[in-house]
Amino acid sequence: MTDIYEILRGKKDADGNYQKQPVIVQGITGKYGSTHTKLMLEYGTNIVAGVTPGKAGQKFEDKIPVYDSVKDAVEATGAEISIIFVPAKFFLNAAKDALNSGIKLLVAIPEHVPIRDAMEAIELAKQKDAIMIGPNTPGVIVPGLIKVGIMPASPFSSGKVAVLSKSGTLLYEISNNLTSAGFGQNITIGIGGDPVNGTRMIDAFDMVKDDPELEAMVVVGEIGGDSEEILAQHIIDTGFSKPIVGYIAGRQAPKEKRMGHAGAIVMGTYGSAESKISMFAKANIPVAKRPGEVAVLLAGKMNS
Amino acid sequence: MRLLEYQAKELFKEFGIRTPPSISSKDIEKGRKDAKELGYPFVIKVQVPVGGRGKAGGIQKCNSDDEFELKYPQLLNMSIKGEKTRAILLEKMADIEKELYLSLFLNRSKRCYTIIASSEGGVEIESVKNQTIREVGLGDVDAQTAKEVANEIGLKDSQEEQFVEMLQKLSKLTIEKEAELAEINPLAILKDGTLMALDGKVMTDDNSNFRHDELQKYQEKSELEERAEKSGFSLVELDGNIAVIGNGAGLVMSTFDLVTDNGGKPATFLDVGGGATTESVYEALTLISKMSRVKGILVNLYGGIVKTTTVAEAFIQAYDNNLIDLPVFARLMGTESDKAKEMLKDTKTKMFDSIEEAINGVVMEANK
Repeated sequence: MTDIYEILRGKKDADGNYQKQPVIVQGITGKYGSTHTKLMLEYGTNIVAGVTPGKAGQKFEDKIPVYDSVKDAVEATGAEISIIFVPAKFFLNAAKDALNSGIKLLVAIPEHVPIRDAMEAIELAKQKDAIMIGPNTPGVIVPGLIKVGIMPASPFSSGKVAVLSKSGTLLYEISNNLTSAGFGQNITIGIGGDPVNGTRMIDAFDMVKDDPELEAMVVVGEIGGDSEEILAQHIIDTGFSKPIVGYIAGRQAPKEKRMGHAGAIVMGTYGSAESKISMFAKANIPVAKRPGEVAVLLAGKMNS
Repeated sequence: MRLLEYQAKELFKEFGIRTPPSISSKDIEKGRKDAKELGYPFVIKVQVPVGGRGKAGGIQKCNSDDEFELKYPQLLNMSIKGEKTRAILLEKMADIEKELYLSLFLNRSKRCYTIIASSEGGVEIESVKNQTIREVGLGDVDAQTAKEVANEIGLKDSQEEQFVEMLQKLSKLTIEKEAELAEINPLAILKDGTLMALDGKVMTDDNSNFRHDELQKYQEKSELEERAEKSGFSLVELDGNIAVIGNGAGLVMSTFDLVTDNGGKPATFLDVGGGATTESVYEALTLISKMSRVKGILVNLYGGIVKTTTVAEAFIQAYDNNLIDLPVFARLMGTESDKAKEMLKDTKTKMFDSIEEAINGVVMEANK
């Protein structure tokens, strides 16, 4: 399996520091893409190239070269990370361009990508042994080192807790609470609010669980699908000795209504909060009743 | 998009899946014509985008003009689980020998289509123990797989053949229309030994709407939903009296949970979304101002990319224009929240440091 930590932070140098890895931005000249490119640069992310078909030769902010294709950008820079900001209907082509050009970590920001297109991209990522995060994700951040996403910087601080979350704002809210409680994060991954995710809860869990610097994990789920149940079963089957706590949004949501996210819908009992919470209980994962309680539960687990 | 039964059946017919003779209408004049054309007896079925209408009395037998005149208006004016009747379907009754279940759905964790079939149909599939489940990849269901499923639910000979054909047609429909779910329940074996789809449910992927112009005629959005979509926020309407507003689906869901936990009844689930502007939030407040049942507004924002001041500005404008006169209970966190709090200081918005306190306030107000 491709190592997400190694892709994002490289190997430690002689002084024991991680290295900023180069990142490509697809859709860098668009409104959304350019805003977030600036914010990522501000955070310290090493953005080396942008891609907008037909705009090769331009420079973003007078310094970052723009290419027509990811293939050209990779040839020029050797980057293995790309973040996509194109409109949903162009997502599949952008993803193919990236995955066929050697990108190993693809962060798919767009919301409203058709499920079939997402599945096709996921299939290709699998063939190429690449990681795709999203679509409809806030991205991934290793606090203090690299931000490949649209999350605000302020909630996050460097530390030893991994946070996996379907929701963006809950990721910010809960990370902020963790930070205030003294629990910095070693990585946070936005799974995305769509029905199918390039990196499912279980995949994200497997990617981060063995990191020697990781001390605890927080899983933020919501109604819809069964990725929380599958993760819980996986933990029951394979074991996980570090403290882990959860939160599930949508306990009181009406059935058969999409609650903001395309994936947040309960059909019968499939996708219900009760089902997820009871599976978490079986896996010995305490579930907070409200976001503010997550850090409290984690503190309890860390001290026991 | 969640298609109504009659819309799902139109698709079934298009793909060659047998359904009983039926006609849909939205008013009694058209209904009377349909009744004449179809001939008594038949069943009157309300068309609502939720399940459980049989139990709620939304399906009635009809044997005569007198019965029709009595029942049609009743059913047309009923609502089930808060959903008003969208249309009425008149349908001939079938001579049922046995009821089966068949569906194809998009298995989100396996990322492939999955068949569920059962020899027990006509009830909610969750309550059926005896299910055959087959994951089938992303392409059409092949004849061999369909045959195996037929055998597993006990079908043989001609019924097996009919089932295979029906499942393959359903699979074609699912792929061509980009459905997340296509369900036939019940799938009836009639007294004459033939198979027929008696009820249908189809949900398509809204995100693929741009390449399915042919499905646009089925789009049944309320004015409210349409305006919400145009402004880029998502809105679910409920029959409570507290308007819940926030940014991000997860945060709003969690706020919604806490309101309900504390005895409040939400009137809206309103996510202003990642691209919220002062204009779009103002539009959201305009929509809420039209809901007479709303007694209080609860705002929970975590400013990130969307600044809390952007939202505060919309509230100031709404007060200035006398758009809202409702008490607002707000908790603002994140980007520029100190400034936003200052902006709203002398307004009807009450600020709280924690969401729990804001919820207590709004619930007390709404339950007055």
